[in-house]
Amino acid sequence: MTAADVVASVCLVAGSFLCLAAGLGLVRFPDVLNRMHAATKPQVLGVLLVMTGAVIRLVGEPIVWMLVLVAVFQLITAPVSAHMVSRIAYRRRHVRRDLLLVDELGGADDPLPSRPHPVHPEGDPDVDEPADGPERPADR
Amino acid sequence: MTVVAIVCFALLGAGAVLILARLALGPSLLDRVVSTDALLVTIACGIAVYCAVYRDVSLEPVLLVVALLAFVGSVSVARYIGGMLVAAETSAEAPADDAAADADLAGRRGDPS
Repeated sequence: MTAADVVASVCLVAGSFLCLAAGLGLVRFPDVLNRMHAATKPQVLGVLLVMTGAVIRLVGEPIVWMLVLVAVFQLITAPVSAHMVSRIAYRRRHVRRDLLLVDELGGADDPLPSRPHPVHPEGDPDVDEPADGPERPADR
Repeated sequence: MTVVAIVCFALLGAGAVLILARLALGPSLLDRVVSTDALLVTIACGIAVYCAVYRDVSLEPVLLVVALLAFVGSVSVARYIGGMLVAAETSAEAPADDAAADADLAGRRGDPS
């Protein structure tokens, strides 16, 4: 076992441990945003560590560029998907507001003050609207 | 290297089981989206650990496909949820908060009820 193998082993075990940490966080954390925080650990740092270990082990093979491509792709796509999921979570009110320290989107008057709110003749498509009718009698 | 393989697969397996528990329990659809994403990343890590430990490059295209699939899956499901109401799946942890936010939003929209 050479020194490169030791470094690769440490990287692989650390990346795998981050996957375990993501599982623990997903089970124990209270709402969607906290769970996203836990689930992002293996998405970025875990994948980078595992890919580093794999590149160290497989250096010399012609297909190693694919591992680098996977790591770069994770770095690019993780913020995009996290942005979309958290935006939907906020608008659909899956967020525990009592756990928020700062809520910059939830002003006193405007539910979405970060952008102008256009008036649509047949209802605003961005605001919560039931798919099967304008009213939900169970909540009113 | 065998010890490293055993330790890595044990950690990844334990993480995958916990993620699967959240996937089964998750009160809302978005929890399931997040845990599906994490599960696919765990699978990609497992494939990469296999490739690294056994010096076997035949599974690396699968790795790329899994990484692509995680992104496409979570983004498309998030877009889909954006177009539908998930009232039945709102978090059971804060029903009062949900109802209050509902009434709040309706009042701001000028909802007559």
